[in-house]
Amino acid sequence: MTARRLAYLLPTGLFLLLLAGFLLGLGRNREVLPSPLIDKPAPNFALPPLHDGQSGFSSADLKGHASVVNTFASWCAPCREENPALMALARAKRVPVYGIDYKDNPKTAAAWLAELGNPYTRIGADDGRVGIEWGVYGVPETFVTDPEGRIRYKHVGVLTEADVERTILPLVTRLEQ
Amino acid sequence: MTRDLPADRRRTAGMPAPGFRRGGLGRRSEMLFHPLALCAFVGLALLLSMAPAHAVRPDEMLANPALEARAEQVGHELRCLVCRDQSVEDSEADLAHDMRVLVRRRIAAGDSNAEVIAYLRSRYGDFVLLNPPFEIATALLWGGPVLILLLGGLAIAHFYRARRNDSAAPLSDAEQHRLAALLNREHP
Repeated sequence: MTARRLAYLLPTGLFLLLLAGFLLGLGRNREVLPSPLIDKPAPNFALPPLHDGQSGFSSADLKGHASVVNTFASWCAPCREENPALMALARAKRVPVYGIDYKDNPKTAAAWLAELGNPYTRIGADDGRVGIEWGVYGVPETFVTDPEGRIRYKHVGVLTEADVERTILPLVTRLEQ
Repeated sequence: MTRDLPADRRRTAGMPAPGFRRGGLGRRSEMLFHPLALCAFVGLALLLSMAPAHAVRPDEMLANPALEARAEQVGHELRCLVCRDQSVEDSEADLAHDMRVLVRRRIAAGDSNAEVIAYLRSRYGDFVLLNPPFEIATALLWGGPVLILLLGGLAIAHFYRARRNDSAAPLSDAEQHRLAALLNREHP
């Protein structure tokens, strides 16, 4: 009789297990992909500036201190939304904020920054190649690197002031200890 | 959706069904009006119209056909990370365009197919592979169908063995007597 009971309980149990798996899967955010670059050295790159005469942005800028690297573009609406958070981060003067202007028109980008405010210490103009090096699959994306130039954190999507306060700044403090 | 890439103009990149119009159907009266031939014809047309749309632009292609074929092979194994369920070769997204150009540049520079794929995997992780690799984390994914087939087979085998055992049990002497008695009573 126990074998017979097992014949009913086993499929029921398997079904419940499957259901639990599906329910857990429903809660997962499929938009955010884990980056394999976490704890790996940032890629080697040298990006030209938005305008001649300014300084560009290269991997050498990441050495010796923690850094925040933010990909943005003037065509990207969520970037407009996260600009106040980056401005707040820049005002805190705890960490340089570097910008990668991703697949953008330099003139439009300059006008966009003049309108919203420019939180960036340095900006590099990227045609998309350096973005791939960083594993960028959409803008905005924000990275935090440590003093050795390793990528320690990646944030996909709009950065809020709460993210800056709760995640970015505490991480910067920890990395610079 | 919190992120976006520049809206790319949707081009209709559907491949024309080869030989669909020019095709040697021959004498109309014989072939085209035969119901079965018509069915087959419509079915074939539908099948051909399902051929995957290639998003590769002519200016992206490598001049060397052998290298271009290799690049296409690599591109078909890579997932477009914007649209998620299309390969880099099939997607019209801007990132897919950049990845196609990158694959072609690397192949032209002498990288092997595996080296190109390994590079993109190091940037985007396993998710960039349309064919997930066999690892501990994916063992259930790959082994699942075999496991289910095995379990199902065992269950069926068990069911039949149980039934055979039931039917094969011979009647005991007492039962034989009862049976005989019953039969005698009905047909005296």
